[in-house]
Amino acid sequence: MATTTPLPSHDRVLAVSHLSKSFGPVRAVDDLTFEVQPGRVTGFLGPNGAGKTTTLRMLLGLVRPTSGTATIGGRPYHRLTRPLRTVGAALEASSFHPGRTALDHLRTYAPQVGVPDARAGEVLELVGLGGAADRRVGGFSLGMRQRLALATTLLGDPPVLLLDEPANGLDPEGIRWLRVFLRTLAAEGRTVLVSSHVLSEVEQTVDDVVIIARGRLVHASPLADLVRLARPQVHVASPDAAGLATLVARAGWVRADGGGSAAHEVDLVDVDAAAVGAAAFAAGLELHELSTRNPGLEGLFLDMVATPTAPTHPEVAA
Amino acid sequence: MGAALRTEYRKLVTTRLWWILLLAMVGYMAFLSAIMAWGVTSGGGMAGAGEGSDDLALPPDAVVRAVYTIAVTFGYVFPLVVGALSVASEFRHQTITPTLLAEPRRSVVVGAKVLSGGALGLVFGVVGTAAAAGAGALVLLALGKPTFLDHGSTWQTLALSAAALALWAVAGVGFGAVLPNQVAVVVVVLAFTQFVEPVLRFVLAFTSWGEDVAKLLPGAAGEAMSGGSFYSESGLVELLEPWQGAVVLAAYGLGLAVIGRFTTFRRDIT
Repeated sequence: MATTTPLPSHDRVLAVSHLSKSFGPVRAVDDLTFEVQPGRVTGFLGPNGAGKTTTLRMLLGLVRPTSGTATIGGRPYHRLTRPLRTVGAALEASSFHPGRTALDHLRTYAPQVGVPDARAGEVLELVGLGGAADRRVGGFSLGMRQRLALATTLLGDPPVLLLDEPANGLDPEGIRWLRVFLRTLAAEGRTVLVSSHVLSEVEQTVDDVVIIARGRLVHASPLADLVRLARPQVHVASPDAAGLATLVARAGWVRADGGGSAAHEVDLVDVDAAAVGAAAFAAGLELHELSTRNPGLEGLFLDMVATPTAPTHPEVAA
Repeated sequence: MGAALRTEYRKLVTTRLWWILLLAMVGYMAFLSAIMAWGVTSGGGMAGAGEGSDDLALPPDAVVRAVYTIAVTFGYVFPLVVGALSVASEFRHQTITPTLLAEPRRSVVVGAKVLSGGALGLVFGVVGTAAAAGAGALVLLALGKPTFLDHGSTWQTLALSAAALALWAVAGVGFGAVLPNQVAVVVVVLAFTQFVEPVLRFVLAFTSWGEDVAKLLPGAAGEAMSGGSFYSESGLVELLEPWQGAVVLAAYGLGLAVIGRFTTFRRDIT
């Protein structure tokens, strides 16, 4: 990588504050507040339609907020001088003229970035598209378009990167490559925001997570805090469904599925396997299975974005 | 603005559209003006067939003006389409997103498109006019008619024809900014210039007030700018003064571009 522009680190902070956007009657983004820090990869997560892309487009000055602010280093995008020197953004893998070659696509923007044309070839090599420089983009696969979009963001060697679903269309080898690449960029002190609708896709890449659903903030914290929230479950199976139900009710355990009816198998939360085993032994209940299961982050993530709840940890948003 | 202009220039020349249309224009203009040169001098139907064998319906200088301005009379649709597509294709291929990321000041983007469109339009103007005048002059020469290429006024006509075609490209940018749907803008531009305006000019010529309105239509303004056209030299229509034509045609382009700036270019880019 070329040297990073020596911006003070607070100039690389992305700040979204009470940001809202309505498209007619649809509230796409609703009073959203979070910050994204430099030197880290931040996962911007939520199901499709959660408002991720709209939020990114407001950060980039493409969509005008209904209310609230979205700033980069304290300034709205349109106030940045030579914005491509500060922010590299890839919003979709389709913003190319199909008749233009990859190299021409990059050279088109080079004057506005303020870099010599040779930089276009450099970034193509950087993303592994050096061999396709003179091919028309119309014939590119989705994975190649993703790489070209990434190359475009790197033209100005910007300290801030915003990437919307960059792993879409990449093969497993490409995803692994992207992971290393993003980690390297963050290690150089850059602010890297990566959106995705699948947590597991970015789980091994991100340091922080910002999770939104229905346009609202659901959770923002370091990934480690989210991992702690992913509670293990105890799986219990017994031939005596009625006895099992009685035991669960008497001990006051909570079933993961929230149900209360008798069943031969249940998953319990907030209790460990030893406690369940001891209680079953004391009650004389025959058990066929007793094991700890980790539903993983993905399960927690799906729970978070599925149920309309208040933010779990709004205080860590900053 | 300098960087934005260089970017717009590169956008225009890195796709195949511009030279395909330019080649089409050259072929079409050369063909039309050759036919016209033969037609208006050799009594091929247009010189009042039946009256006399080799009668000139038009005086010689009017003949060359009619022939040499073929590009501005019939060929303006090429720079017009190139200009319109320079905006519409950005929306068609969603390259408007990286365009506005590179230059968030949208007035600068529109301004750069107007200027670069005008510059490419001038290329179309010079090449298209040269094709028309070249083919026309060759035919006139072959027929033993005066070419008037040694007259200063002829060259002035040619220069103004090229300039008018540049303004047509600006008008195209304006149309594209107001109507950024690629298919819609091409259909509207073709329908208006090839059908609506000719019909309007024909119909308006029948009314006392209509002629003044007809002069202000963009096609008529373009013809006026070059100092005459096949239509006016045939006495079919009256035209404005050249400078008035330039002002009217420029007003169409810039006016539409300003409207586009505050409609298309004010919207959210989603």
